[in-house]
Amino acid sequence: MKHKSNSHESSVQTISKKFVVKNKLGLHARPAAIFVENANRFESDIFVRKGDKRINGKSIMGLMMLAAGCGAKILIEIEGRDAQEAMKQIEKIFANNFNE
Amino acid sequence: MKELNGIAVSPGVAIGKVLILHAEDLIIRKRPISDSKVPNEIARFEDALTKTRAELLSIRKQIARDIGRDHSDIFNAHLLILEDRTLIEEVISKLKSEKNNVEYIFSDILQKYTIAFSHINDEYLKERTADIKDVGKRVLANLLGSPREMLNKIEEPVVVIAHDLSPSETAMMRKDKIMGFATDIGGPTSHTAIMARSLEIPAVVGLEAISKEVVNGGTIIVDGNHGVVIVDPDDKTIQQYHTEEEKFVAFVHELDKLKDVPAITTDNVKIKLAANIESALEVKSVISHGAEGIGLYRTEYFYMNRSDLPSEEEQYMAYRQVGEEIKPNYVIVRTLDLGGDKFSSALDMPQEMNPFLGWRAIRFCLARVDIFKTQLRAILRASSYGNFKIMYPMVSTLSEVRQANKIVESAKQELRNEGIPFDENIDIGAMIETPSAAVTSDLLAREVSFFSIGTNDLIQYSLAVDRINEKIAYLYEPTHPAILRFLHQIIENAHKSKITVSMCGEMGGNPLLAVLIVGLGIDEISTSPFLVPKVKKTIVSISYEKASLIARECLRFSTGEEVKRYLNKQLRLYFPEILEMSEG
Repeated sequence: MKHKSNSHESSVQTISKKFVVKNKLGLHARPAAIFVENANRFESDIFVRKGDKRINGKSIMGLMMLAAGCGAKILIEIEGRDAQEAMKQIEKIFANNFNE
Repeated sequence: MKELNGIAVSPGVAIGKVLILHAEDLIIRKRPISDSKVPNEIARFEDALTKTRAELLSIRKQIARDIGRDHSDIFNAHLLILEDRTLIEEVISKLKSEKNNVEYIFSDILQKYTIAFSHINDEYLKERTADIKDVGKRVLANLLGSPREMLNKIEEPVVVIAHDLSPSETAMMRKDKIMGFATDIGGPTSHTAIMARSLEIPAVVGLEAISKEVVNGGTIIVDGNHGVVIVDPDDKTIQQYHTEEEKFVAFVHELDKLKDVPAITTDNVKIKLAANIESALEVKSVISHGAEGIGLYRTEYFYMNRSDLPSEEEQYMAYRQVGEEIKPNYVIVRTLDLGGDKFSSALDMPQEMNPFLGWRAIRFCLARVDIFKTQLRAILRASSYGNFKIMYPMVSTLSEVRQANKIVESAKQELRNEGIPFDENIDIGAMIETPSAAVTSDLLAREVSFFSIGTNDLIQYSLAVDRINEKIAYLYEPTHPAILRFLHQIIENAHKSKITVSMCGEMGGNPLLAVLIVGLGIDEISTSPFLVPKVKKTIVSISYEKASLIARECLRFSTGEEVKRYLNKQLRLYFPEILEMSEG
């Protein structure tokens, strides 16, 4: 895990973390809705990167287009005041394998 | 050029530009916009999103309540798609850079996504493609406005093409804006068809796929005389149609000469010829077509196209106007016939599995005495300004007539107490349109002052044929022996009790069948104003004696087909001009 702090404003920060999609359905299927619903609870901007594609994590269409199936390696980047909490929440849903 | 065959439901020919109303797959045209219009397009888009969101929330709530939470979850996915920031931002940024109408940009972007998803091999995503299309359709419908709004916005005359049109949408049509219409589904006696005829808008229905054959703005011919629609006609065809149109106008003009002639057979038997209307606006047309009264005033349209119920005062004013205009002739007001395919948005009427056998017409009125009595008071108050009769629709048992009569009596008593004048001896009749009413017409005849046979429903119920289902339209047979026996029985029973019997259904408007009906002894025929001259021409051409002989012979045949063949043969022999009119 790599942490990067924003130097200008102490409360706004950018953090990122690598994940491997382990659930059977992949991130583009039903879990996409769960991911977006969770992401929308936070003020921070959330991005999901796979290879050279980067999409808005609050967009269900974007997540579906990303087509991150089981086994895909992704990078999640969060920017904003509540970035820490947002990342914690995303770690939690990944740990639960999206309730599969 | 492509020719399609359907069912002719309203005569006349319309040649003009296509306007597609709520087609399944909306065809969106690209239209450039100026810089200054960009904020306006963005506002329209946001407005459509808000409306769609409200729709989805309301559907989700309704489904959760009626079917269960599991099924309402699908709408969560719909809401996520609708609120998708990437999608919204993409639309707005493209609006600014490409400067086209928002409908075009939005559907273009949606298409891009659905194509991309279809390349990913995943069952789940395939389902989501359907969701995206569904949400997209809703947003586009909100951007384009409701069919009603579209009909209101029409500036130059068009020919309307739709999968189906509801009676209330048809009721919004005005002859100066809508030259004609054609639909995929529908039959000759649907209320949409009846409305088209009374509004004198040429129409063809039951074309199956016309809404997919046309593009907005294309040229089309709707031939309501022959049930033909021609998409992208060539110049020669258009010319032919113009010639035919002139002939049609001349024919109508010829019939107009009969306007002031009474409907009397060659051997001096008088048949009263009246007309059916839906609104006070049509009285003019009743008089100009030479009808001697209004045999059926349908009152449902007061209750449709609005979110509240019509007041007593409003109804009274309309009834009074009709009564005064048609005086000294009578007007038969049919009490509220809601249900079936006609609903009011002000009333929370449940969706039914078999609406035509359900909570409708007199059944509804007897359950909602408040609504029924408001209407009865309005009719009674109007009765002191004209010659009024009241008629109950869809009677299936005598006790309904007795119950309704009690409510009329109590409305009369209220008016007496309030010192409001009305016709104390107003006639009350029953519509005979259910098999049970037909079979027990001897019993009903003792307790009403007249019968009016509603052939559309009588045929539908007796032959067990849904009149809207085009697949079984061939079974809808007015000449079926069951129908002829019923008509014979109803007319005999009425005459035994010395009451008059009229026919207000479609059957009376067909010259060929009118001969049969006159022969069976009907006293009155009431039909669309437009068909009155044709029926009158029929009556003045035949002798009652000959018609009776023909009718008696018709009662002996075993199939409707044989009856039709015989009728055709007899008419060819004795009254060829009627046969020609029947076919024309």
